[in-house]
Amino acid sequence: MLYSEKVMDHFMHPRNVGVIEDADGVGEVGNAKCGDIMKIYLKIENNVIADVKFNTFGCGSAIASSSMATEMIKGQPLDRALELTNKAVVEALDGLPPHKIHCSVLAEEAVKAAIKDYYDKNGIEYDHSLFPDCDSCAHCSDGGCEI
Amino acid sequence: MNVYADNAATTKMSKRAIEAMLPYLDQVYGNPSSLHSVGQRAAEALASARERVAGALGCTPREIYFTSGGSESDNQAILSAAAIGARKNKKHIISTAIEHHAVLHTLDKLKKNGFEITLLDAHENGIVRTDELKSAIRPDTCLVSVMYANNEIGSIQPIAEIGGICREKGVLFHTDAVQAIGHIKVDVVKDNIDMLSLSAHKFYGPKGVGVLYARRGVSITNLIEGGAQERGKRAGTENIPAIMGLAAALEDAVSRIDESSKKLTVLRDALINGIMQIPHTILNGDSVRRLPGNVNVCFEGIEGESLLLLLDSKGICASSGSACTSGSLDPSHVLLAIGRPHDVAHGSLRLSLSEENTMEEVEYIIKSVKDTVSYLRDMSPVWRDLQEGKKKYVIQ
Repeated sequence: MLYSEKVMDHFMHPRNVGVIEDADGVGEVGNAKCGDIMKIYLKIENNVIADVKFNTFGCGSAIASSSMATEMIKGQPLDRALELTNKAVVEALDGLPPHKIHCSVLAEEAVKAAIKDYYDKNGIEYDHSLFPDCDSCAHCSDGGCEI
Repeated sequence: MNVYADNAATTKMSKRAIEAMLPYLDQVYGNPSSLHSVGQRAAEALASARERVAGALGCTPREIYFTSGGSESDNQAILSAAAIGARKNKKHIISTAIEHHAVLHTLDKLKKNGFEITLLDAHENGIVRTDELKSAIRPDTCLVSVMYANNEIGSIQPIAEIGGICREKGVLFHTDAVQAIGHIKVDVVKDNIDMLSLSAHKFYGPKGVGVLYARRGVSITNLIEGGAQERGKRAGTENIPAIMGLAAALEDAVSRIDESSKKLTVLRDALINGIMQIPHTILNGDSVRRLPGNVNVCFEGIEGESLLLLLDSKGICASSGSACTSGSLDPSHVLLAIGRPHDVAHGSLRLSLSEENTMEEVEYIIKSVKDTVSYLRDMSPVWRDLQEGKKKYVIQ
């Protein structure tokens, strides 16, 4: 099997799929040219992620990574959610094939982008070093894609 | 329901091919190079297989070289022509942008050794234009290599015309016919083919065995040094069971070509018509000049690997030109060459049928593909942007 049982479970039965129309924070990362786009919607109450939904265009591991990441941050305070790393997503999925690790990186970045959007919209001060310096995707350039 | 629809990747062996192999595993097990009677029985079998293969291709037995498959045949054909060319200081080769990597990577290697390579445009329908070939041929062109039919999008090239042009200009012509042999009629003499590659497992034969046809007078360079097998052009003890399986499968496929292509064309067109009902879907490759069992489409707003995994969970085996299925981040070079943008090429699906498939299976595939595409589009942010008019559809 290409993927672990955990990845297949989250791919076949993704958690938190959907859109939050009145989301407090939205983050979109990736690039369709490279084959992966993730969009995460957050509902924030008292600095806690009360609800989270995602939409993903991508391969099995991209969908599974999005599903797992949303499950890991749901109900968490924002400062905890910001600690989510791609490594933690990979571990929770019982591993990803080497050439699919970038999917977990996208999941981490999508979560951060959504929280940053919430901070920006509400004029909340934050430590800029917590967020990747990337408007769309850290892995794609005009010249093509890199892992 | 379990449906195998990835016959362009490989086929299930026919009973006839399996039965043809069995005696050569334990009864006629000799080495054809041995002088004793056990070896000579194997040598006789090899000679008869060579004759039967030659008969099926319309050439003579001396023009048949057994190899390990399509990739080896492609490598050997191109490197042989390059060696002939280099001796006359002709170091220009013409091929197409949609060739198999066995051809393209061999050409890359030659490029590093000072050869100049021209890749013909395959245009949107996946078919090269013979006038463009004519104007690409130069006095220093030593080889034209154009695949008979494409493995991804099924488009069939005007091989007889290309062969005629090459013969007239005195340029060697090789065709990778791995996807064509056993599926459409090929005549190496009429088509003026100098070299041809084929692989047994694409027409219900065993894996790991193929043929390089080289017209008499075309000097072949051997890739593997060693014994005098295959008239000194391909060292190594012959894989007799596989060769017997190849011969049986080839005879079988060629003898039933009219019947099988008729049946497959009906199934293929029903499958294409059903899938094309999905909005924002485009057929890749020519709709008429197309392999009888090949269907290849792109769906806007989704990615191919997730489509394949979901189809697999419904029992359907298919293939995709998506980057995620290739191990690289770039989608199929063939889809890019026919002008599909990256994001659309990621959403491709190839279904390749065999004679074992039924209309009931085709209907099941259509329903499953429709459901799965719609499910994936529902969770795709790209699809949402398209639907909301934030992005323009590439496929109308």
